[in-house]
Amino acid sequence: MSDWLFFIEVSLAGLGSGALLSLTALAFVLIYKATQVVNLAVGEILMLGGYLFFAFAAGMGLSPWVAIPLAVIGGGIVGGIVERGIIRPMLGEAAISVFMVTVGLGSVLVGLVELIWGTDPRSLPNFIATAPLFLGEAYVSRKIAVAFVVAGIVVTVFLVLFRFWRGGVALRATATDQAAAYSCGINVPGVFSLAWIIGCATAAGAGVLLGAISGISPTMGIFGLSALVVVIVGGLDSILGALVGGLALGLIQSWTGTYLGGEYTSVVTFSLLIVALMIRPYGLFGTHEIERL
Amino acid sequence: MTGDTILDVENIELVYNKSVQVLRGLSLKVPRGQVVTLLGSNGAGKSSTLKAVSRLLSLENGEVTAGRIRFDGQDTRGMEPHALVRKGLFHVMEGRRVFEDLTVEENLTAATFALSGRGVKRTSFDMVYDYFPRLYERRQSRAGYLSGGEQQMLAIGRALIAQPSLILLDEPSLGLSPLLVEEIFTIIGRINRQTGVSMLLVEQNAAVAFAIAHYGYIMENGKIQLDGPSERLMADQDVREFYLGQSDGEKSRSYREIKHYKRRKRWLS
Repeated sequence: MSDWLFFIEVSLAGLGSGALLSLTALAFVLIYKATQVVNLAVGEILMLGGYLFFAFAAGMGLSPWVAIPLAVIGGGIVGGIVERGIIRPMLGEAAISVFMVTVGLGSVLVGLVELIWGTDPRSLPNFIATAPLFLGEAYVSRKIAVAFVVAGIVVTVFLVLFRFWRGGVALRATATDQAAAYSCGINVPGVFSLAWIIGCATAAGAGVLLGAISGISPTMGIFGLSALVVVIVGGLDSILGALVGGLALGLIQSWTGTYLGGEYTSVVTFSLLIVALMIRPYGLFGTHEIERL
Repeated sequence: MTGDTILDVENIELVYNKSVQVLRGLSLKVPRGQVVTLLGSNGAGKSSTLKAVSRLLSLENGEVTAGRIRFDGQDTRGMEPHALVRKGLFHVMEGRRVFEDLTVEENLTAATFALSGRGVKRTSFDMVYDYFPRLYERRQSRAGYLSGGEQQMLAIGRALIAQPSLILLDEPSLGLSPLLVEEIFTIIGRINRQTGVSMLLVEQNAAVAFAIAHYGYIMENGKIQLDGPSERLMADQDVREFYLGQSDGEKSRSYREIKHYKRRKRWLS
């Protein structure tokens, strides 16, 4: 019986970190959907979000409830600046060049954070109560539960927005055919900026949540790599894929980490990536391009 | 002077990549409410002319280096393409360019962005479905799965949603069966008569273009060579021979006389 309880606790923890993966994956998906750019710097924007929160809450002594929105907005501003300053001038260049630019951007962000805050890991001021939460008999860390709820709400909101909001159509139209989107009166550069701002704000928010659970360090951007696995398995342009893929990967990592040992998580994660890509190269929920003959 | 001219293109020159000159002093006018056709052979610069007008050119590294384009009396220089659409100039691009991953309805929704900031009431999609009943039947399917004809209908339907005052149509007959071409051109003509929207129609198929156009321009090598009301152009010897494929002689010309064709054509320009 207690084995079962343990299994449930492990699963709940997995769902919690899975929800964070989903949230981070959402940032990838938003930016890719609009601009067809895989922004590898999402992980570093996430880290920056954590540090911004740290700066506002611990450095300037603001209340966490002020610091959280400021960190999220800060992430959005960084996203906007990057899009305007670096990505837009590269419009029309090969996808691989833009991709490499985002890789470089990630390194620059890590360097900047190390210059300002140093390389030591830090813990964020507590803004979520530490008292454990019990679901029935199963123990869940309250922080993980909060992260799960927040991430779940955000992803769901985006799912609904994309289905029913006109702007969602604009974004998808822009992704499919930029010139045609222009010809329909869609403000294409505006869509690009918006996608980057919202995507990076989301990543920064995920960074605050992740930092609250496991602390912040300049290397926490590696979390973005797991999220990249999620989007590639779930489909680069699918929000649903980000949600389902994130939760699934969270569960799998939690199970393998507990039952097989931590050294197995990467092996299992990337083996799954390979298998999934062999079966469905465009991702589980991704768009299969229509080929007309 | 602009009172009844919706589009006034004056002596424009167009250069791609700062090196390839495509238009050399092209001028044309579209009177309000009329259909004007722009004919010419492959590579004459017809599509480039339309892109210069709608300013989609900037996406292809093209630039208007001289001359002036006025839409509704306003110089369009420096305007962003989407801003121009919102002023009522809609470009139906060559090759249909529907959003393949979006449904028919979502394609039409995308075109509602053309109404932003104009303070007009949203067009109901029923208007599009009235002109193109087949789109109604397929409104929930993804546009990529439509037939070529249906995609062209959708491309024109998007223009209708935008309630433009001028539609640029780039080869709506491209890749369609003769029957479909006739159907679509009949509807294009009806749209012009019923909504009063002006049109600038680029075509290779001169016969169908003249059937709905009031006035025609014929261009070659980036310049207008000949223009006039459709009836006059249709009666013109050279136009009949080189664009309508009708020879006045009893027997059709053979390939042996291809030199003659070239000579005549040079004379035309």
